Amino acid sequence: MGKYILKRIGYMILTLFIIATATFFLMKLMPGSPYANQAKMSAEQIKIMNQQYGLDKPVFQQYLIYLVGLLHGDFGTSFQFNNQPVSYLISSRIGPSMQIGVQAIILGTVLGILLGAIAAIRKNSWVDTVATFFAILGRSIPNFVFAVLLQFFLAFKLKIFPIALWDGFSSSILPTIALAMAPLATTARFMRTEMVDVLNSDYIELARAKGNTPWQTVAKHALRNSLIPVITIIGPMAVDLMVGSMVVENIFSIPGIGDQFVKSITTNDYPTIMGLTLLYSFMLIVVILVVDILYGFIDPRIRLSGNEGSN
Amino acid sequence: MEKILDVKDLQINFDTFAGQVKAIRNVSFHLNKGETLAIVGESGSGKSVTVRSIMGLLANNAHVDNGSIDFKGKDLLKASPRELESIRGNDISMIFQDPMTSLDPTMPIGKQVAEPLLIHGSMSKKKAMARAEEVLELVGITNAKNRMKDYPHQFSGGQRQRIVIAISIVNYPEVLIADEPTTALDVTIQAQIIDLMKELQNKIETSIIFITHDLGVVAGIADRVAVMYAGKIIEYGSVDEIFYNPQHPYTWGLLNSMPTLDTSSDRLYAIPGTPPNLLNPPAGDAFAPRNPYAMEIDYEQMPPFYKVTDTHYAATWLLDPNAPKVEPPAAIKKRQEEYHQLVAEGKIQSSVKGGAKDGE
Repeated sequence: MGKYILKRIGYMILTLFIIATATFFLMKLMPGSPYANQAKMSAEQIKIMNQQYGLDKPVFQQYLIYLVGLLHGDFGTSFQFNNQPVSYLISSRIGPSMQIGVQAIILGTVLGILLGAIAAIRKNSWVDTVATFFAILGRSIPNFVFAVLLQFFLAFKLKIFPIALWDGFSSSILPTIALAMAPLATTARFMRTEMVDVLNSDYIELARAKGNTPWQTVAKHALRNSLIPVITIIGPMAVDLMVGSMVVENIFSIPGIGDQFVKSITTNDYPTIMGLTLLYSFMLIVVILVVDILYGFIDPRIRLSGNEGSN
Repeated sequence: MEKILDVKDLQINFDTFAGQVKAIRNVSFHLNKGETLAIVGESGSGKSVTVRSIMGLLANNAHVDNGSIDFKGKDLLKASPRELESIRGNDISMIFQDPMTSLDPTMPIGKQVAEPLLIHGSMSKKKAMARAEEVLELVGITNAKNRMKDYPHQFSGGQRQRIVIAISIVNYPEVLIADEPTTALDVTIQAQIIDLMKELQNKIETSIIFITHDLGVVAGIADRVAVMYAGKIIEYGSVDEIFYNPQHPYTWGLLNSMPTLDTSSDRLYAIPGTPPNLLNPPAGDAFAPRNPYAMEIDYEQMPPFYKVTDTHYAATWLLDPNAPKVEPPAAIKKRQEEYHQLVAEGKIQSSVKGGAKDGE
């Protein structure tokens, strides 16, 4: 296991390097320049600016400089956001995004698994129909619509929650719910399909034949076996949420990074794009690793070993 | 002889989109203490449905419309779900057909074998695990001690069926229902599993209902045989009576389609036609359309059971005193001659064989 994780970390570093390289060169292919008011600048000014940011050097040399910086933990300095270091930009804004993302993924998957399981157990009953209805709703309505609805009814009308303010846990509740709808719906659908399959399997019948009650059967045998495919989708969903949904962050005035990412792209803020891309990639890779390790805990058939192909 | 299980007039129907399927039509049979009763018949004849109703494990769209299943003075069909749960895996347990899918893939086998003990007994977990290990050893899992924590995928098909058997016997059930336990296994493993079941029956003194469509397996394990066709039992008797002196044309067909050592022609016999649609079961003998010996009455009226011996009954109009004498197929006739000779020589005691075990 330890050997396996070490190997995976090695691959992670390699993957990040490839992503950094690809992003760097693709970014250079984007049209436009980092200077919003370029039209008003003289050629001389642009040259000075380029020199200052190292943009006058050949692209390959810029790439090497960037890599050397990365190795020292230096993500460069943002062109747009008051010349702050990218590392500071990210670290000061990732907190709220992460908090809402983690809360939403926990709420969404736990409720989704429960809802899906109940729908499967009570297959074709009204419970199943209601669960399916909500799952379709959650899947098809974008999260910002939920955000606005929640904001209007719970914050504006009933004044239970703050409308748009980032101040402690209570202000994170509404955005968490809005963001959790999609993962909730997806998990519920997956869980239901899988659980229906599992409940029809021979080992569930054997579990019943042993004298288990229906609920014991679900708790001891069906739940764990149904979770295997559900875990697969939790990984990518988690990353999606953790890096924040830009629109939802906007609606609730959350100082997160989703908003920043979009701005950095539209303004060719190279170091910020690079920094955020690497951050997203890093989180995705970590989540995938965690999911792979989780698999092993849940399904003994794919328990990981250091030797490739032995299992 | 003591009856441990007595099924009477069982009627089970399934609701389907096409209508009501009359899967079990007035089935009655009993299981004597300590014996092995084989229920044979082709796929869809209702064997599995019958035994699943004993376990209370029928599909949701099935309902029992008539009958009783008496187990130790209690009608299982009237038992509450809770009562059934306390009987299942404790007094009556079941071995399933496919060992590859009957075990929970995410639970160590030791725990799976110990589970019925923990559900039904007040045994400590440690004790239950020790017991599970013993039983695994008993069913022939070598080195059971070190394999308790292994998962099903680490075992072969034959070993998995041994584990499934271990689960079914861990509580010393009084009745063991085996639903085609050898069908999914290859022939050499089949023989091992049959031997194991016979050995276990002696060790734990249980009564077995053995469901199969393989007559070769029946000969090896059963004391008595019931033949099912289209949701009815059409003939039952001791294993010798069914094999050597069959009376129902369907039993003749079944036996004829089983190759024997003297099968000379290179074509295997098959019963012509297909079983009837049980959405609209025929009024008469369901086998009539496939039966070369069918008479008019076979299409019109259901034949009652005619007594052949005290233990041997068959539901065919051919046994009616008014029926014309017919010659069974040559191979069956040969069997019958052999049988009469054996009886004459005293090698088979014609009618008591069925209860041989109980007589002891």
